[in-house]
Amino acid sequence: MNDTIVEYLYVVAILFFVLSLKWLSEVKTSRYGNWIAASGMAVAIGGTLLAYQVQRVDLLIVAIVVGVIIGAPIALKVPMTAVPQRTAASHAFGSLAVALVGTAEYYQRLPNIDVFTLTVLCAEMILGYLTFMGSCIAFAKLQGLIPGKPFVYGGRNSVSLATLAVAVALAIYLIANPTHSYVLPFMAGFAVLFGFLLVMAIGGADMPTVIAILNSYAGMSAAALGFVLNNQVLIVAGALDGSSGFILAVIMSNAMNRSFTNVLFGGVGAVKVAASAGPEVAGGRTAQAFTVDDVATILDHARSVVFVPGYGMAVAQAQHVVKEVADILQADGIDVKYGIHPVAGRMPGHMNVLLAEAQVPYDQLWEMDRINPLFPETDVAIVVGANDVTNPAARTRPDSPLFGMPIMNVDKAKTVVFIKRSMSPGFAGVENELFYLPNTMMVFGDAKKVLADLVAALKKQH
Amino acid sequence: MTLATTDLQINLIVFLLATFLGLELVRHVSRLLHTPLMALTNAISSVSIVAALIVLADPKDDLVLILATVAVALVFTNIVSGFGLTERILRLFKQRKGNK
Repeated sequence: MNDTIVEYLYVVAILFFVLSLKWLSEVKTSRYGNWIAASGMAVAIGGTLLAYQVQRVDLLIVAIVVGVIIGAPIALKVPMTAVPQRTAASHAFGSLAVALVGTAEYYQRLPNIDVFTLTVLCAEMILGYLTFMGSCIAFAKLQGLIPGKPFVYGGRNSVSLATLAVAVALAIYLIANPTHSYVLPFMAGFAVLFGFLLVMAIGGADMPTVIAILNSYAGMSAAALGFVLNNQVLIVAGALDGSSGFILAVIMSNAMNRSFTNVLFGGVGAVKVAASAGPEVAGGRTAQAFTVDDVATILDHARSVVFVPGYGMAVAQAQHVVKEVADILQADGIDVKYGIHPVAGRMPGHMNVLLAEAQVPYDQLWEMDRINPLFPETDVAIVVGANDVTNPAARTRPDSPLFGMPIMNVDKAKTVVFIKRSMSPGFAGVENELFYLPNTMMVFGDAKKVLADLVAALKKQH
Repeated sequence: MTLATTDLQINLIVFLLATFLGLELVRHVSRLLHTPLMALTNAISSVSIVAALIVLADPKDDLVLILATVAVALVFTNIVSGFGLTERILRLFKQRKGNK
């Protein structure tokens, strides 16, 4: 009886999950999307508890209490700038959980475990354990616990792939000899090592792509578990999560002009590092440094201004002061927009969230494809903490490692104000040609401080 | 329990259709919302708690019991933080006052 009820409850949960993604497509309905997904989760958990009597209720309660104690502060306290690392952490938690359940399922079914089930279980465990470790490294890099620079050495791809090959070979051995359970920890160990090597080799600026890939892997391993347990709600939820991560990874890789294979094999960062050997365009040119007062004067005569934020804005926590500048400009009747490059920041959509936090209305946030045609009519483009995504070399210099990458065409604006700490090149190690253009005003200093000074200068003008 | 072929076929069809549906749905999600999208899909995939609960219902030995209990704690963390954080992020998105 309960078995039949739970089947229908799972159908309801699936329906709710699908509806939630549908409603998330627009800002207006997005919060309903979150609520209905949470309801779907409650239905799935309730149904399961109804159909399967958990014997050790005490342990279940302990586990749930621990989950709430760790989860609630994350939900309530994590600052928006730290959302990328919390996302990496949640991928680590989720994939480890799935890997542990897979491991438990293996021991549970021993010795009567058929080839199909064990094959899927092994795939699921390898994926789960490697995603766990990969996400831990991504977290450590984003949190600044280890250097964000890619850890590269000769033949690293061969070493990584060999590690994965060993894990797969052990899995095949285990499938052939299901009762040789001593193999399992080694298989898991090599999967963990592969995840470690994979993400260590990736640099900070490529994190949006990496996080999306890990998202996809985590979803796929959950779906695989669904196959083992013959549980459709798991298959559907895992497939939705997996395809979502996949699409985001594709969008991110397209925005960086990387091939799809490059993404799948995690070779991210390698191309760029190789290019860091020498600056492309130095040639004795000098960039023109300007003061905040110069910028205030230019802005006084402007009618349209576009802000182009990047990760540097997040690091400097400058989103609120950007909004302050924007408010002053708007009070003067100047049209203000924000141009967002898809890979600006450390995860998909990162800049949008930060600016929304600073109470920038979302209809002022313009995607790259929509804002680019408007730059020729823009009086001032203000670049805050972005670099490579504004480099015109991506359009004009076929020999540049950035060539072909879609960029924000800020150089077409009448004046470009570039706020930057120093002349050091961006993540790609390529000098930004923008610095030397006659219409570029370089303003050196910490983004937050420069903008605060700009606020003061603008107020003085009135 | 062993999987009958028909179960596998049904599961494969479910998986393929769900993947295509997911690709279509996510393709239409506004780029503004990619961060909350990630937080939400992550929370949704925490439905793997169902698998942990099923194992917990009839664990064979202490090892299985411990593995499943730890899994429940990990996944429940994601459920709480995933939906909670998504809600917090979505609340930030506001339209300009008096705009169209």
